[in-house]
Amino acid sequence: MSGGEIVESFVVPVHPHTVLAPQQNEGWAKLRAAYDEAADIITNSGADLLIIYSTTWPSIIGHQIISDPNPEWVMVDHDFHDLGSINYSFNIDAEFAAMWNTENHSRGLQSRCVNYRGFPIDVGSVVALTLLNPDNKIPAVIVSSNVYADRSETTVLAKSCRDLVKKTGRKAVAITAMSLSNRMFTEHIEAKDDRIHSLKDDEWNRKILEFLKEGRLEDVGQLSRTIQQQIRVQKVVNFKPMWWLSAMNENRNDLTGEVLAYEAIHGAGCAVVHLNPTPSGAGDKEYDEDEVEVFSGERGVLDNIVSIEAEKTPTASDSGPELWDPTNAEGSVNTDAAPKPVGAYPHARRVGDLLYLSGVGPRQPGTNAIPGGPIHDGEGKSLDYDIKAQTHAVIDNISRILEEAGSSIDNVLDVTSFLIDMDRDFKGYNEVWAETLGKVGPTRTTLAIRALPTPIAVEMKVIAKV
Amino acid sequence: MAKGEIVAGCLAPHPPHLVYAENPSQNEPVAEGGWEQLRWGYERLRESLKDVDYDAIVVLSPHWQTYIGTHFLGLENFQSLSVDPIFPNLFRYHYDMNVDVELAKQIHDKAQDAGLAVKMMTNPDFRVDYGTITTGHMFRPEWDKPLVVISSNRSRAYYSVEVMQEMMMELGRVTREAIFESGKKVVVLASNSLSHRHFTTESKIPEDMSKEHITSHAMHLWDMRMIDYMKSGQCQRLIDEMPEFTEQAIAETDGGAFTWLLSTLEVPDYPAILHGYGTIIGTGNAIVEWPVYQHKGE
Repeated sequence: MSGGEIVESFVVPVHPHTVLAPQQNEGWAKLRAAYDEAADIITNSGADLLIIYSTTWPSIIGHQIISDPNPEWVMVDHDFHDLGSINYSFNIDAEFAAMWNTENHSRGLQSRCVNYRGFPIDVGSVVALTLLNPDNKIPAVIVSSNVYADRSETTVLAKSCRDLVKKTGRKAVAITAMSLSNRMFTEHIEAKDDRIHSLKDDEWNRKILEFLKEGRLEDVGQLSRTIQQQIRVQKVVNFKPMWWLSAMNENRNDLTGEVLAYEAIHGAGCAVVHLNPTPSGAGDKEYDEDEVEVFSGERGVLDNIVSIEAEKTPTASDSGPELWDPTNAEGSVNTDAAPKPVGAYPHARRVGDLLYLSGVGPRQPGTNAIPGGPIHDGEGKSLDYDIKAQTHAVIDNISRILEEAGSSIDNVLDVTSFLIDMDRDFKGYNEVWAETLGKVGPTRTTLAIRALPTPIAVEMKVIAKV
Repeated sequence: MAKGEIVAGCLAPHPPHLVYAENPSQNEPVAEGGWEQLRWGYERLRESLKDVDYDAIVVLSPHWQTYIGTHFLGLENFQSLSVDPIFPNLFRYHYDMNVDVELAKQIHDKAQDAGLAVKMMTNPDFRVDYGTITTGHMFRPEWDKPLVVISSNRSRAYYSVEVMQEMMMELGRVTREAIFESGKKVVVLASNSLSHRHFTTESKIPEDMSKEHITSHAMHLWDMRMIDYMKSGQCQRLIDEMPEFTEQAIAETDGGAFTWLLSTLEVPDYPAILHGYGTIIGTGNAIVEWPVYQHKGE
């Protein structure tokens, strides 16, 4: 299937010097030149979306995503106001922002879109978009960095974005606006005297860059907490942008890396790093933590507040049958990344080179939420629902089960689809099919049935090769 | 010239929810009220000072965060729209505020002489932080007194609470001296919450008070302990326990405003007036007045 993909990734610095004063210091000029080189790489990549995770936009209520199609204002840095002002007028992909927000909710994340005139876009995002997308040709989205989020929340945030990129066929560039070591000099210095704050910070920065140059992004992510302790002023909780960027890149350690520049800005370690998905042939990925798919809370207070929230998303288990652990007969394939069965059966079973999947619906693993909403509430009252969102979710679940089996969505051979309302839903279902499995080319049969065991509108029965 | 004086010092927290709930004409969103305990506290504070004459307000806000020393607003007027980057749904405020640049420069110069890193902020495009605006509005909604606005130097993040306290004690001392030398009557405000652990979800109706409470019992105990010290005139104990309080209650005293306030007031040993206490999205907030004008000559 020719879905979307992350075509390039970048680490870029946040301070305004590269925009406002590159001529004042040789190192700042090198960073600016590297920014310009990165802009050329992006232009030549054919990208149609820039995704920025900014460490200079902290948030508290989950993550926030800019959804104003054209945010405009003048940005002045809180510390470096004497360097001048940056006027900005950005081109935001509001549609993608809204869809990402929805995906986040389906994975248990707190998330919201921000669309208010005069909203202060943070310095890191302003600098990155100003230099990487100078003509605003490519639409962008910007997401905040939640102050309380740790690895699992940040990883799930990236996965929901990454899956949406694939689903919508975007060619996206993932960008983290961040410093490496972030300790600045605490007094004014002359531009000519700028240097990395300490030898220790410099050594750690060079080690991080050595890893990135080898394409070992997941290794840097796994060192995040250590890096935070060693060279980071405790402005934020953990060195989290590397978790996000690694998850955006499938947690890989064999990317093709290139350090375009590494210099100091007022003592902080600033680098422009280019990461391309072409396998470098080096490094195996090795997880030292769970590969989490759904966020279910890791903060004490979150559990507390969630328990008193009345407006939770309806889930299949609110009104559906009991959930079972999948069975494990010979050849069974089961995964936590797919929703639990509603009876005693596995997610899939392998026979020779063929995989037979149990009927797959849109329910989300972990939360049991139904993207696009359930077809009725717990008392049987009909609800409006989005068949396209449900169909996308079914295909995502199929994809996860196949990946667990060592296969992929590209290997699907035959599908039997079940719709509970052919008249209402066939058109939307068929459109999503055409964008996704239709491009793979399996045989297909579509049946209208009276009901499914959970309040969903679509289910698929799949046979695939390994 | 007559000697200047500090007529009062106040703990005047800045959660934007308070302005949102007041529905002033300057703020775009509309609320159905909420957080009344704190808003009534601000009413009592304003009533307490309504007959006290003063020329300027000096405020230190944790939301103008600077890492390279302490900065001061250095232009006479700022007008713009302030949108809270964290709660933009609640706070989009059109402000028009005057600055006492002369007094700001006097404090700046004294701080510089004392060896502190300082800078005047003279970029006309600068947007004043929402903490300053919220405290300014809640303390004096008429906006008819000029302000001195001081940034929050994040030395706690770079070093420790102890180092932050040393620097803020010194900044408080030079603030006091500059005020005395200016010949002006001044109110000083620390714009910070106490315990500062937020909820990470928001109710569908943000002002739904059935959802509002402190995040944990431990936070409540810490807040009450600190308030008891304020009410009983034991400010030195506040200073002494600030490191533990700041770390264990994740308190917004990390921004230095409260230590600076106590230093500016010469670490009072007389009881403060508690005008109100309440929580905002789980954080603890107190509105407290040290009525210096009642303790002249003590």
